[in-house]
Amino acid sequence: MRPKIDVRGISKTFHTRRGPIRVLDDISLSVGDGEFIAIIGPSGCGKSTLLGVLAGFEPPDAGEVRVDDVPVREPRRTGIYIFQQPSLFPWLDLEGNLVFGLHGIRAEARRALVAHYISLVGLEGFEHAFPHQLSGGMQQRAELARALMVRPEILYMDEPFGSLDALTRLRMRTELLRILSRERHTVLLVTHDVEEALQLADRVLVLSPRPARIQTVIDVALARPRSLSSPDLLALKASLLKELGVDESSEGAP
Amino acid sequence: MSGPDRRWLAALAPVALLVVIWHVAVVASQSLIFPTPWQVVLGLVNLAAQGLLVKHVVASLFRVTYGYLLAAALAVPIGMLMGWFATAHALLNPLVQGLRPISPIAWIPLAILWFGVGDLSPIFLIFLSSFFPMVVGTAAGVMTIDRKFLRAARNFEFTGVRLFRSVVLPAALPQIVTGMRIGLGVAWLVVVAAEMIAINSGLGYLIIDSRNAGNRYDLVVAGMVTIGLIGFLLDSLMRRLERLDEIRWRYET
Repeated sequence: MRPKIDVRGISKTFHTRRGPIRVLDDISLSVGDGEFIAIIGPSGCGKSTLLGVLAGFEPPDAGEVRVDDVPVREPRRTGIYIFQQPSLFPWLDLEGNLVFGLHGIRAEARRALVAHYISLVGLEGFEHAFPHQLSGGMQQRAELARALMVRPEILYMDEPFGSLDALTRLRMRTELLRILSRERHTVLLVTHDVEEALQLADRVLVLSPRPARIQTVIDVALARPRSLSSPDLLALKASLLKELGVDESSEGAP
Repeated sequence: MSGPDRRWLAALAPVALLVVIWHVAVVASQSLIFPTPWQVVLGLVNLAAQGLLVKHVVASLFRVTYGYLLAAALAVPIGMLMGWFATAHALLNPLVQGLRPISPIAWIPLAILWFGVGDLSPIFLIFLSSFFPMVVGTAAGVMTIDRKFLRAARNFEFTGVRLFRSVVLPAALPQIVTGMRIGLGVAWLVVVAAEMIAINSGLGYLIIDSRNAGNRYDLVVAGMVTIGLIGFLLDSLMRRLERLDEIRWRYET
């Protein structure tokens, strides 16, 4: 089967005042249509840079990213990037934000879409609330709804729940799974949360410290919903932590 | 007593105190020339009864309106260009920063030379005084737009005019409005000074004429009080604009 996203040998170097910093080193990867990939790695390893290159925000120095066999040169509305801090437009109410990316669509159809996605992310009754009147979790759900409104094929999620408290983060994970079970998308998720990666993804990509290389790929062939306490998942968690250089057994030891 | 009532009381108490001190000071010093608050009120009533108060207020507001709107019409687009295009900023910013510190009062001789002593001179001076705060505010507003908004807009494939209208303008609007509020305040300050050059209407003229024609200090102070009240009113109107949902977000945490 032809891959949805095909990444061939991308590298990237940042030129700073203190000299060049190689961030991405010859990364190749292929993502199937509808697949959920989690990208995990030590902080500062270049995860976000990788996602930015994949989404077309930054050009790679070498290599190429193709979506549906077409080279990616600019960000497209067919692939929406969701950042850690919600980028809802504060001067628009929720409804205004949701319809932002739509144009050339008749008012009736637009209203139906708004109603559909507001209910999908559970924000009924907040149509006319402004972003600053919503909690962090609600803002992140609104951000997701705004992305889904344009019917993207790919979601690029850059630690989307990173700024939320632990409880909201757990809840958002379940929400995301529920939404994706209704509307399948290809998802690339950057995270530093091992459990998040294992609970959500079909495959987990482990990146090495800078310059980022793909160190390992872990297949998570477990049915969803996945319990965090199932033996299979705990086993995967242990091997993933080992890949990341964290030895659980020594934690808390003197 | 409800909250708003208490606020009004808090705002008016120092004013009342000042009026009392003023009255006592005039009476105690037995000044023949400086008016008591009551004489100023009578002066105001007198001016109003003759239709002079309205005439001078309208004349001043007319000049401010022209100069200010002209300045806004030029300053906002120029400021946006400077904020958006690095080249425009590099070209224009030194000029703006060099002209900005020159008090509009210093321009009076040139204004007379170029525009004579009619309405055009004060309008030109008001234009100058309010233009710079608005250019600077607008440029700063555009330059400090949070990158994440531009990134999101780029993701939804917004470019050119649509990007400007849908993202750049609304994102910079709070600071544009603040610049416009400051500009209006300065315009109102400057109109009075500008009307003191050979012109025969406006609140500035009223003040200088009342002094020259028989030391009518009651009318001088009446003119000053009117200027203060109208300035306060203009600023309140602009502040009301800042509280609109489309603008207020900038000041919410």
